[in-house]
Amino acid sequence: MYGKGLRALSISTVAVMALALALVFFWAPLEAEQGFLQKIFYVHVPLAIVALGGFVAGGIMAIQHLRTRDPRWDMRSYVAIHMALIFGVATLITGSIWAKGSWGHWWVWDEPTLVSFLIVFLLYATYQPLRFAIEDPERQSRYASVFAVTAGAFVPLNFIAVRLSSAYVHPRVLGATSNLPWQMSLTFLVSLLGIVLLYVTLCKYELTAKHTRAQLRALRRLADRRAGTAVAVAPARARSAAPSVHATAMTAHATERPGI
Amino acid sequence: MRRTVGALLRKELLVELRTLESVPGMSLFAVTTFVVFHFALNRNSIDGDLAAGILWVTLLFAAILGVNRLFVADADQGGFDGFLLAPVDRSAMLFAKALALLSYLVVLEIVAVPAFGLLLLGPSLGQALPGLIGVLVLGDLGIAAIGTLVAALAVRTRARDLLGPLLALPLLVPIVIGGARASSPLLVLSHPGQPAARWLLTLGLYDLVFGLIAYALFDFLLED
Repeated sequence: MYGKGLRALSISTVAVMALALALVFFWAPLEAEQGFLQKIFYVHVPLAIVALGGFVAGGIMAIQHLRTRDPRWDMRSYVAIHMALIFGVATLITGSIWAKGSWGHWWVWDEPTLVSFLIVFLLYATYQPLRFAIEDPERQSRYASVFAVTAGAFVPLNFIAVRLSSAYVHPRVLGATSNLPWQMSLTFLVSLLGIVLLYVTLCKYELTAKHTRAQLRALRRLADRRAGTAVAVAPARARSAAPSVHATAMTAHATERPGI
Repeated sequence: MRRTVGALLRKELLVELRTLESVPGMSLFAVTTFVVFHFALNRNSIDGDLAAGILWVTLLFAAILGVNRLFVADADQGGFDGFLLAPVDRSAMLFAKALALLSYLVVLEIVAVPAFGLLLLGPSLGQALPGLIGVLVLGDLGIAAIGTLVAALAVRTRARDLLGPLLALPLLVPIVIGGARASSPLLVLSHPGQPAARWLLTLGLYDLVFGLIAYALFDFLLED
């Protein structure tokens, strides 16, 4: 049954994010050079880390899909990637705001981190058009999984390749956390935890919603059949980029439950 | 396996020789692009970073043209079905198509690189050539591996001509980076140097990793 831990997850997400924001605005010390603007780092960097992590996680789930052919892995992979893409948009926006404030430009090209992230983002932006272009659902899932695995492997390689090619303006965060005063490190970790929880909660919400909708469709069809008003041929689903949960699994589920 | 790959490769090259679909188009595109660059940059000769960049971008887009056409005949005329019916290892098609694409790229470069030397390049091509050939080979291997995988992915979708380049270009960016950075010391006017080892290493590793990934995933694309 989907949606089991959803309430606990949501409450903890809200709590941790509230704590993180409180720490950011009231407790973390002001950075010497950039002042108040630097605080966007507590939002921007966790968003970037979670987006990239989500892309790689989507790739791992796609490997599972290809190994087990279980459509639920494909669903999870799809949700992970598409949520990570949204977090990627947020990363680019917050990053641009920070860049404009501290370097004076909305975008700079000689920054390997920015460029790598943009390339990865552009690659994953083709994921949904790819899915949308394939109508047969089984083939759509399979091809999307192949793409997700390739792209997931591409993420670290791309960062290495672009980073090898130069400049040092963008702060090297992960290496540099050891240089942060402990108050900033703690605030950063709490923010990171909050954003990770936010990502997991949103993914879980989306998965629950999709499953619930599929279950509802299955129940409606069951009810129609019992009432004798069933349509001979199921109405054709519109072409969609999202994977569909196989309704037959849901129907089996539905018939087992008492009181229907 | 070797015989299967050999047979498929022979078929590919024969079809290409008879229909002349990909290679002349790719080569002509590359030469025309050099002319366009002459007008766009408003320069008579270029060297160093700019030369390396223009060479690699042109080769990249010409390669995309080849990638687009790679599986089209198989998809439209039942080639996939025929192949799936044969009791052979499915990776044979990956190897054969990748080798075919590699050979198209080699022919493309045989035409495009001298054209580049004639039309745009400032320094003489002669002394840059041995190093350049090495870099081009490494780049071609990567383009062949990724191009074949992406072509197979895109060919049976609705917008195949659009999706192929869209998927391939981000994946090929590290090859362009490595190739351009490695070739630019070779094409410098005053004191041409050798390619930095780390770029050659980057290209080599990238080719290896994506070759393995393509090998692992290709079979999943052929089921049907």
